[in-house]
Amino acid sequence: MKRHFRELSVACALGVLLLLLALFAPNFFDAQPLLSRLTAAAPKLVLACGVALVIISRQIDISIGSLFAVCTTCAGLVAAAKLPLPVAILASLGVGALGGALNGLLVAGLKLQSIVVTLATMVTMRYALLLSQQGVLINLPPGAQWFGLPMTAGQFTVCGIALALLVLLAFGTKHLAAGRFIYAVGSDSEAARLAGIRPQLTTFWVFVFMGALCGLAAVMNMVQSPQADPNGGRGLELEAIAAAVVGGVAVSGGRGNLWGVLAGLLLLACISPALTYAGVKPYWEKAIQGAIILLAVVADGVRNRKKRN
Amino acid sequence: MRALKGVSFDLHGGEVHALLGENGAGKSTLIKVITGAHQPDGGTIEIGGQPVRHLTPAAAHKLGVACIYQQPALFPDLTVAENIALRLEPASPTRRVDWPTRRERAAKLLHQIGADISPDAEVRALSMPEQQLVEIACALGAGARIVIMDEPTASLTQKEQHLLFAVVKDLRASGVGVIYITHRLEEISQLADRVTVLRDGESVGTSAVSEMNEASLIKLMVGREVSQIYPPAESEPGSRVLALKNLGCVAGGVREVNLEVRAGEVVGLSGLVGAGRTELARILFGITPADAGEIFLNGEPVTISSPQEAVAHGIAYVPEDRRRHGVILEMPIAANMTMAIHPRIFPGAWLRFGAEQQLALDFIRDLGVKAYGPEAPGNSLSGGNQQKVSLARWLATKPKLLILDEPTQGVDVGAKSEIHKIIRQLAKAGLGVLMISSDLPEILGMSDRIAVMRGGTITAMLSGKSDAHDVMAAALGQTK
Repeated sequence: MKRHFRELSVACALGVLLLLLALFAPNFFDAQPLLSRLTAAAPKLVLACGVALVIISRQIDISIGSLFAVCTTCAGLVAAAKLPLPVAILASLGVGALGGALNGLLVAGLKLQSIVVTLATMVTMRYALLLSQQGVLINLPPGAQWFGLPMTAGQFTVCGIALALLVLLAFGTKHLAAGRFIYAVGSDSEAARLAGIRPQLTTFWVFVFMGALCGLAAVMNMVQSPQADPNGGRGLELEAIAAAVVGGVAVSGGRGNLWGVLAGLLLLACISPALTYAGVKPYWEKAIQGAIILLAVVADGVRNRKKRN
Repeated sequence: MRALKGVSFDLHGGEVHALLGENGAGKSTLIKVITGAHQPDGGTIEIGGQPVRHLTPAAAHKLGVACIYQQPALFPDLTVAENIALRLEPASPTRRVDWPTRRERAAKLLHQIGADISPDAEVRALSMPEQQLVEIACALGAGARIVIMDEPTASLTQKEQHLLFAVVKDLRASGVGVIYITHRLEEISQLADRVTVLRDGESVGTSAVSEMNEASLIKLMVGREVSQIYPPAESEPGSRVLALKNLGCVAGGVREVNLEVRAGEVVGLSGLVGAGRTELARILFGITPADAGEIFLNGEPVTISSPQEAVAHGIAYVPEDRRRHGVILEMPIAANMTMAIHPRIFPGAWLRFGAEQQLALDFIRDLGVKAYGPEAPGNSLSGGNQQKVSLARWLATKPKLLILDEPTQGVDVGAKSEIHKIIRQLAKAGLGVLMISSDLPEILGMSDRIAVMRGGTITAMLSGKSDAHDVMAAALGQTK
């Protein structure tokens, strides 16, 4: 109970918000719009889970928005070339993993600061993409949208993938040795090294995994529209990091839980509809989201200080 | 723990007063009190005949107290003149900088102490003794009446030492009082007028250097009764677990180490801070691999180039700073205990919580870890219990050689004697134990044999029945 206080408090905040919506704006829970919202949030959940692992290992990856766009473009081009959809999905995952491996090599191999490395790859990928594609949307063949399923089934599929991934990762971080290595390296990489764990190798694979998740998120996003957008994914890295931080992942590494990330993401995602129903101008959304992030960070800071004393 | 209990110390203008004491005797704390970094909770300080209350670093600076640390605290990217100016000029952000005056003053001060250093040189490019000279120039420029030097010769060559001594003698001649901290007894007779010995946070004697000899100084430094009972050695040493032949590592500053550790014995590794003890342990554990000499484990020559290899060879290393390198504070103690044996206890990728719990419960019982259970996070434990968790992690690897680095540092008395008992039991069970400690009674009470390091190599092998005087004399490099 005490150990998960941070995650539970976010879940409670989400619960209160949902309760208020249920009381004052029951329309919010109408099936079709709710499913649409969840479907739109699903790729973000995938990215947030990935970036949570990166932050737990005491690194950061801000290139995921750009890598997401690169993956979208690759998957789109493959699909537009009339190749079967699974090939497009594999291409997206592969390109993502490759991009992640590049980040991982620079961060773990050369021991560079991840914020600087991923800033550089973020800008490089974004503008290389702009130059090569000129920002032109890629028309997808009819079979690509919603994986060729009816829309509702497709939406369920997208949400299902995100949920399945979350469950797998939450289980994996607790029950796999690899999960424990990530926490150990993020808490204290020198202690982990002395205990025979290879911190650099762990870091490398976390980045590769993050990249592959960018590929997955790109596909989950692409199938929601008839076109693939090479300009997409701007600001996604910030949304993902925000969800992780609000969900209780400590930027100092070694602490965090993926269920908390889910709560954090949903809390941030519910702000906008709540404002709409409350009749507040939608411009306030970002300001309130910012305030929530600030609150989370301050709460962590106060907690840490108390612990130290 | 009180670092200082009762210290009386006086310094005249125009004298060099040496301060002597073994590791942890309270020298650094005393300096921090004099420079205003720490507040004393009892007693009085007088500077220039005036009682001083609430000494802060800024106030100490104003009163003419300057301290030259072992590692000069200069800004490496600024020039010598800028560094001196930063100490001497008022710190107002809008003040216009008078560059020519800055240079001139720096040149004058450097000339005054006979240092051949350009005021325009970047500090980064200066050698260690040159940086110390810049510090002395700063002190001089600030009109310091009290100059504290903390082991200034620790990293100097013979020739550089002579230069430094000449500067110190000049300072004395100009009426400055110098507090000179050193581990080298020969420097005291060369340089100091008086000497004060600290032991366990108390000043145990002050006298003129001419009235003391090295033997009487060492006696003052170590003279205390062993207040703790140590478990007796019960086992006969068996076969050789570890043998080192001319082992060296340039990066670690360790050279030509010859050492043997046998099964069932505790070898104490003594020496002063900076003698290379931890560095030797890090070589044996593959953290900074050796680049010279040979390592034999159970008679077989081996190379150890990573901690993984060291563990595979049956070496375990419980590091010195358990908060930084030992227990992972956020993780449960069960996870901490299995950290080094993942491949063995969890074949395949899945964790087996049942096996982990069992192992943790066994160690909690065997080592007497006080925790509410295997799931308690590391930071909920006291220092002594954290140390036991760290020990358990390494015992889980079933080592043949156990290297302990300051195993009872910062541990309370009760836990300390428990850890001593555990160490003795482990030796009895056939482990070879190499124990690094700065705690002289612990070395004497626990060791079957004592290796003393000085200047990166083992300079003396003593029997476990040696007394504190022998060990301290060897650590200080006194030749009979």
